[in-house]
Amino acid sequence: MKNDKKYLFDNPNNVKRLLHILYACCAILVVLDFVIHRHTLHDWEKLWAFYPLYGFIGCVVLVVIAAWMRTFLMRPEDYYDNPTETDLHNDSLDNNMLNKKGEHHVDD
Amino acid sequence: MWMIELPPFVPFFLGALILLFTRGMLRSAIMIAIPILSAMHLMMVPEGIHLQFTFLEYQLTPYRVDKLSIMFGYVFHIAALIGIIYSLHLRDTMQQVSAMLYAGSALGAVFAGDLLTLFVFWELLAFTSVFLIWARRTQRSYDAGMRYLIIQVLSGVILLVGTLFYAHENNTLAFGYIGLDSVAGWLILIAFGIKCAFPIAHNWLTDAYPEATVTGTVFLSAFTTKVAVYALARAYPGAEILIYIGAAMTCFPIFFAVIENDLRRVLAYSLINQVGFMVVGIGIGTALAINGAVSHAFNDVIFKGLLFMSMGAVLQMTGRINGSDLGGLYKTMPKTTILCIVGAASISAFPLFSGFVSKSMVMSAALEEGYDWVWLMLLFASAGVFHHAGIKIPYFAFFAHDSGLKANDPPNNMLLAMTISAVLCIAIGIYPQALYSLLPYDTGYNPYDATHVLAQTQLLFFSALAFVWLNLKGLYPPELRSTNLDFDWVYRRAVPNALQKVFSVIWQVDRSLRDALKLKLNLYLSYFSGKNDRLSILLSRNYPSGSMVMWVAVVLATYLLLSFI
Repeated sequence: MKNDKKYLFDNPNNVKRLLHILYACCAILVVLDFVIHRHTLHDWEKLWAFYPLYGFIGCVVLVVIAAWMRTFLMRPEDYYDNPTETDLHNDSLDNNMLNKKGEHHVDD
Repeated sequence: MWMIELPPFVPFFLGALILLFTRGMLRSAIMIAIPILSAMHLMMVPEGIHLQFTFLEYQLTPYRVDKLSIMFGYVFHIAALIGIIYSLHLRDTMQQVSAMLYAGSALGAVFAGDLLTLFVFWELLAFTSVFLIWARRTQRSYDAGMRYLIIQVLSGVILLVGTLFYAHENNTLAFGYIGLDSVAGWLILIAFGIKCAFPIAHNWLTDAYPEATVTGTVFLSAFTTKVAVYALARAYPGAEILIYIGAAMTCFPIFFAVIENDLRRVLAYSLINQVGFMVVGIGIGTALAINGAVSHAFNDVIFKGLLFMSMGAVLQMTGRINGSDLGGLYKTMPKTTILCIVGAASISAFPLFSGFVSKSMVMSAALEEGYDWVWLMLLFASAGVFHHAGIKIPYFAFFAHDSGLKANDPPNNMLLAMTISAVLCIAIGIYPQALYSLLPYDTGYNPYDATHVLAQTQLLFFSALAFVWLNLKGLYPPELRSTNLDFDWVYRRAVPNALQKVFSVIWQVDRSLRDALKLKLNLYLSYFSGKNDRLSILLSRNYPSGSMVMWVAVVLATYLLLSFI
């Protein structure tokens, strides 16, 4: 099936428009902070733009830490499907020993 | 009246039996009719104990209805119906029967009034659900299902031991508040905790759910963890340790979710994150917090089901589920895209969507009770869940780069199931009073005041801004084909490796010991035979014992012959 139809986000201007709407919403929400009176339960909530900053910084920290976790947690996709390197190593070692002797041990 | 005494698991179990003997449209009709009829029946049942008998001097109560259990009863019926509609196109008796039995077991567990009945259904949950994983019929799913089954059965065994201790200490099996001041209490908490995916015990979930079938995962995500949440809410409300366990559950999975490639595994991690909110609510234990936990469980069954269904649709139609393979599907699967976004908005707790009206109760309760740091963790987790489930899932599946995959929207029955869920998500979000009226306590809580709405919207929009900013800067970790090590590495790799090493050493030592012994024996043998050789050269040397026997026979025969002469 050939699909030549132009879709919503094939046009980069539409992506830009969406992002501008997002920026505008964010700006309005910060301004609303000064307009709407909050019933705060906690001192932290009274800080200027506490929720926007917490959301933004929290997410950046989350992604930075997660990306760093990749450095020591990431393995190939078939990691659990394959036997470990050490196993292979052991097997080949045993075979070599047997070949040298040229005979079969009763255990094997 | 006998109808009242009919526990809700009975129609489901009978239905599973009937399914075995029916085919085609009739089977579909029966599968849809059972949850609807059973739910209508449940609505007419008043609160109280409806079935009770004595067994070995203990009172057993297989059917008890109260505010807490009926809440889960309703949502399990909804989940069963949605799951069944979603899987109507299947022609797989194994999956359909086990899904029916699985839903029935979950209902049996939440209406169980004593620990022994609970144990029976607890184990049935494990044994019936594992077939939904095995039904994928691949080696991977078989292995994952086996690991799942072992862990689930272990949880059941611990529950049984705890129950025996409990019965010994209290001389009753009634399932009510248990608390943590006895060995039995701790054992039962561990059993519940395993099914509830507490940290370290959580990997059965992230391991098995993404390996299950497209439709199986929808059922799995609804029942097992929510039964555990129900059990915790009944036995351990107000146990402070649960607050910290729950807070940990909300935070650590989101890091794994951000770097995970399999989108159904991302959802499995976010399932743990959502259950964390419920566990925190149970740990706080005030009326508001328990209400929050229970209603969040109710909503989670629906919106997490919706998300699993939309990802299932993607897997069904494209055959792929890794973020690295997908993208641009909004062009050819527009309906699935919109339904997925509704689920994403609900789990992210956008105002006017169902997650908002329940999660905010737990957060408010945490603040009111002075758990400031826990509240900060929950707030971080709220931002994080939006980041990985709210944005990442729809973005990498339906937008991002164009993967060139051409798929259509899924069959109508799948779309219908997703639409029902989406409508419920929005309806509960807009009119939460309907949900609140079912809750165990009346707290008069109103989620839609300016403070809550503004705070939550600010948090979410700036999380989205962070996502956009990171993406534009190229800092966002790309989707990579990979396996990420989690705690399951311990029992899938480290322990087997260590055992293998230990055994290979043991075998080596054993082998050399036996070789040495054999050498010694050979030495003795040749020593004695040599000695014999020297003693009698004529008869023994180079003659086998067979010839000796023959010579004896010859001598005897000669003797016999001579005696006749």
